[in-house]
Amino acid sequence: MDTATTPEPSSPKTRSKARTIGRRAFLVSSVVIAGGVAFGYYTVKKPHLNPLRDQLGPDEATFNPWVKISPKGITLITPHADIGQGVASMQAALIAEEMDLDFGQFEISQGTPSAAYYNTALAGETVPFLRNDHGIVAESVRTIADAMVKVMGMQSTGGSSSTIDSFVKLRTAGAVARETLKEAAFKRTGIPVRDLRTASGAVILPDATKIPYTQLAGDAAKLSPVTDVVLRDPSQWRLIGKKMERLDIVPKSTGTLTYGIDLDFKGMLYAAVKVSPRIGAARLGYDASKAKAMRGVKAILEIPNGVAVIADNTWRAFQAADAITFTWGKAPYPPDQDAHWAEVGRSFTKERLDKEWRHEGDVDRALSGAKVIEAEYRAPYVAHQPLEPLSAVIKVTDGRADLWTASQAPGIAQQKAAEVTGLPLENVHVYNQYAGGSFGHRLEFDHVKLAAEIGRQMKGQVIKMTFSREEDFTHDYPRQIAMARPRGTVKNGRVETCDLHIAAVSAARSYMSRLGTSIPGADLMLAAGAWDLPYKIPNFRVTTYAVPELAPVSSWRSVGPSTSAFFADCFLDELIHAAGADPMEERLRLTDDPEARRVLETVARMSNWGSSLGPNRGRGVAFATTLGTPVAEVVEVWNTPDGIQIEKVYVAAEVGRIVDPVNFENHVQGGVVWGLGHAMNCEITYADGMIQQPNYHVHEAMRLRQCPEIIVKGIETSAEIRGIGEPPVPPAAPALANAIFAATGKRIREMPFNKHINFV
Amino acid sequence: MELNVDGTIHVVDVEADMPLLWVLRDELKLKGTKYGCGAGLCGACTVHIKGEAVRSCSISAGDAQNAPITTINGLGTPAARHAVQAAWIEHQVAQCGYCQSGQIMTAAAFLAKTPNPTDAEIDDAMSGNLCRCGTYPRIRAAVKAAATTLSGN
Ligand code: FES
Ligand code: FES
Repeated sequence: MDTATTPEPSSPKTRSKARTIGRRAFLVSSVVIAGGVAFGYYTVKKPHLNPLRDQLGPDEATFNPWVKISPKGITLITPHADIGQGVASMQAALIAEEMDLDFGQFEISQGTPSAAYYNTALAGETVPFLRNDHGIVAESVRTIADAMVKVMGMQSTGGSSSTIDSFVKLRTAGAVARETLKEAAFKRTGIPVRDLRTASGAVILPDATKIPYTQLAGDAAKLSPVTDVVLRDPSQWRLIGKKMERLDIVPKSTGTLTYGIDLDFKGMLYAAVKVSPRIGAARLGYDASKAKAMRGVKAILEIPNGVAVIADNTWRAFQAADAITFTWGKAPYPPDQDAHWAEVGRSFTKERLDKEWRHEGDVDRALSGAKVIEAEYRAPYVAHQPLEPLSAVIKVTDGRADLWTASQAPGIAQQKAAEVTGLPLENVHVYNQYAGGSFGHRLEFDHVKLAAEIGRQMKGQVIKMTFSREEDFTHDYPRQIAMARPRGTVKNGRVETCDLHIAAVSAARSYMSRLGTSIPGADLMLAAGAWDLPYKIPNFRVTTYAVPELAPVSSWRSVGPSTSAFFADCFLDELIHAAGADPMEERLRLTDDPEARRVLETVARMSNWGSSLGPNRGRGVAFATTLGTPVAEVVEVWNTPDGIQIEKVYVAAEVGRIVDPVNFENHVQGGVVWGLGHAMNCEITYADGMIQQPNYHVHEAMRLRQCPEIIVKGIETSAEIRGIGEPPVPPAAPALANAIFAATGKRIREMPFNKHINFV
Repeated sequence: MELNVDGTIHVVDVEADMPLLWVLRDELKLKGTKYGCGAGLCGACTVHIKGEAVRSCSISAGDAQNAPITTINGLGTPAARHAVQAAWIEHQVAQCGYCQSGQIMTAAAFLAKTPNPTDAEIDDAMSGNLCRCGTYPRIRAAVKAAATTLSGN
C-alpha cells in the first residue's frame, strides 16, 4: 500500500515513521540555512529541480522544505496554490498543529515549483476504481497514475485534492521539526527529551523555562532529523477542526492582499494582447497604425496568432489593442454552435464508444417489450471566468526568466515559459501568486506562453500582461459539451432498468493534447458522476462515447460529474416519478452503500422530507460522488407568478475530516451557488468560430438576491480525508431540476434552465 | 488634474477619459480597488465618491475631479478597521477575496444611508456585486452584523 496516497485511518495513535511516508520518493531531512535550519523532504529518485537553488549549495540540490527556522523567524511552505479555498491556511495549520506553533508565530510562503511538492492525491482520481476500493489492482494502477503526476511535476491544485495530499505529509513535517528541536534542546541542557514539552513555538523545560525554536535553529541544523515520530491523537488537536481565523482574511477584507494582477515593479510596463477570437486560427493581417500613435504606447509586438501592445498603463494598452484591426483565419473547428451539437449527437456509435463502464442484469432484454421511457439531455459549454482576469509578470534576460503568476500548475507554467524563451528549465523561476479564483482556469497556460513570448521580445524589461475581461472570456476553454440519451423502464412501482448513454468531449484529452501528449484508454471523467452511482437497479448500464475535440475544452470545477451527474440523477428522478415512487424513498431503497445512505438520510432529515411545502412549491433531491466525496442535496423551490425562486438548499457531505469548519461551510455554500448559478443561466456558444459571450452580462450565474439559504452538514465518519472544493457542485443542478419538476410538473433536460423557465 | 483620494490630493497627468479605476491602480498604485469586468457589471472596482458607491471602471478621471474619493485602502486599514471590514473578518466572508473590496465598499455606502436595513433591502443593495466564489450567504450575515455595530444596537 502506498502510504503517501492513502490517507491514514483515524486510529487513535497513528505511528508514522516519516521515512516510510514516501518510501518511493522522499526522505525527511534537514539542511542548514543562513543561521538556521529547514525541514523537508529529500527526493531520493531522480531530482527534478530545486526550488531553493538560489539559497543552497549545489550538493543539496534536491531538498524541498516545508519548515524553515532561522533566528529571525519561522516560515512554513504551503505549496498548493491558494485560489480562494483557504488552502494556504489549512496547510499551515497542519504543520503548526504538530509543531506546536500558534497562528501569528510564523510566515507562510508558497515556495517555488518543484516536483517534490507533487500532488499524489490527484493521481488517484484519474483511474477508474470505486473510491473505497483499495485492492491490489486499484493500488497499483493508482501508482502508475502517481508516476505520471510526478513526471509532470504538477504540484497542481485541482480535483479538491489539496487536503488529501497534505494531511499526512505536512503533519509529519511538523512533527519531525518538533522532535528535532527537542533533541537540540536536550543537547543544550542535558535534560532528557521525555521531560521536554513544546508549546507556542518554544521548547519548555521542566522548570517552565522556554527556549524559542528560533534560538534552537542553529543547533538543530547540526542534527540529523528525528524521523521516528508519532502523530498526535485527534483528541489533542488544537487547530484542526476548530474555527480558525484564516491567515489571509484581514488582508482580503482590507484591500491589502497582493494578487498576481496587483504586482508592481519599478520601471514596469503593461501589456495587453489580442489573440485570434477563433481559437487557434492564424492572424492573417492587421493594421496597428492608429494604435501606434496612441498615448503611452511603447511597442506593438507580433505574437503567435495575435498582437501585443506594450504601454505605460494597462488601460492605454487595452485601448490601443482595441484600435487595431485584424483579419483572422478560419477556426479549426465547426464555426457554429449547431454544428457542435450535431457532432455530439452523431457520436452515440460503436466507432466512438469510449467504454461500457458497468452492466448489471440484462438491459437489452429489459428494454425490449416493455414500455420504454426515453429522453435526451444536454449540458452546454460553460466558462470558468474567475473574477480576477488572467495576468502574468515576466522578465527575460539572456540567461534567465522570472515569472510571477497565479497558477494551479506552476510546474507546467515553468515548463511552457522555458519552451517559449528557449531557456533551460532551471533558469526559469516561477513565483506563484494569490489568485482571485480559478475553478480550473489556471490549470491552463496559454497566458503564460503569451507573457513569455512578450518577455522574449522585450529582453531586460519587466512587463505585466493583463487580459481584458473580454479577452479572457473569449479565450476561456470552457467545460466539456455533453449529451445523454438514457432509456429505462419501471415495474410495480420500482425502477427496473436504467441505460445511460453519454457522449462528451474529453477535457482531459483536450488538455493533454495542449501539453503535447495523450492519455491511453478510456476517460473516466466522461462517466464520473454516473457510472459510480451506488444504486442496485436490476438492469443498469452506463456507456460513454468520446466526441472528437471541437473547440478546446478544459477542467471546470468538478469536471465530468458537473454534466454526467445532471444526466444520471435527473433521469433516475424521471424513472422514479414514472414508477409513482417517492424520490427519496426509492433512492434509499435502491442503495445499501452506507455512505450514500448516510448523506441521503441526513439530508432527508434536515429538509424534513415528506412534509408539505404548500402549493406551487417543490423539493428535489440529488446525490453524486465527486472525487471520492459523496454529497446529497435537497433543493426547495417556489414557482412564483414571475418565475422560479430557489428558497432553500440542504447539503450533507461525507468528508472524513474537516480541517476548518468555517472555511468548510463557506466552500460548500460556494459550490452550491456555483452549481445552481451556472445551471440557471450560463452557456458559452460559438458563432463564426468565436465565443459569443464576452462579459458577465451574458454569463451571469447567481446574484446575491437569488441566493437561497444553504444549510450544510459535514459528516466525519469515514476514515479517509476528502476534498470539498468540487463535490458540492454536481448534485446542485439535478436537485434544482428535480425540484422544478416537483413544483411545476415541467421536466427540464437542458442547461441552462432559463432557456425553458424563468427565474426571479 | 487633481484627484482627492483617501484624504490626499494627487496631481496626475492622464487623459480626462481614463477610467478612475486605472488612475487608482496604475498611476497612484492603489491596488485595493480591483478590475473585474471593466463594464459596470461586477462591482469589483467600487469606490465612494462623496459617499456614493460608484463603479470606478465606469467613471472617467475627469468626472471624478473635485470630489472626495474613498477607496478600500482609505475606508479602513488592517490596524484600524471600518465596522464593515470588521464584520467581514469576523464572518470570514472571503474565499478568493477578489470581489470583497467592492462588496465592502458597496455595503459601507449602503449602511451609511440605510442603518436598519431589511433583508430585502440588503439583497437589492448587494446584488450588483458579483462573487464568483459564491460567498453570498456570508455577505448577508456580515452586512447584518455591521448594521448592528454601526447603528449601536
Ligand atoms: S470592474 Fe467595474 S464593475 Fe466590474
Ligand atoms: S470571494 Fe472570490 S469572487 Fe468573491
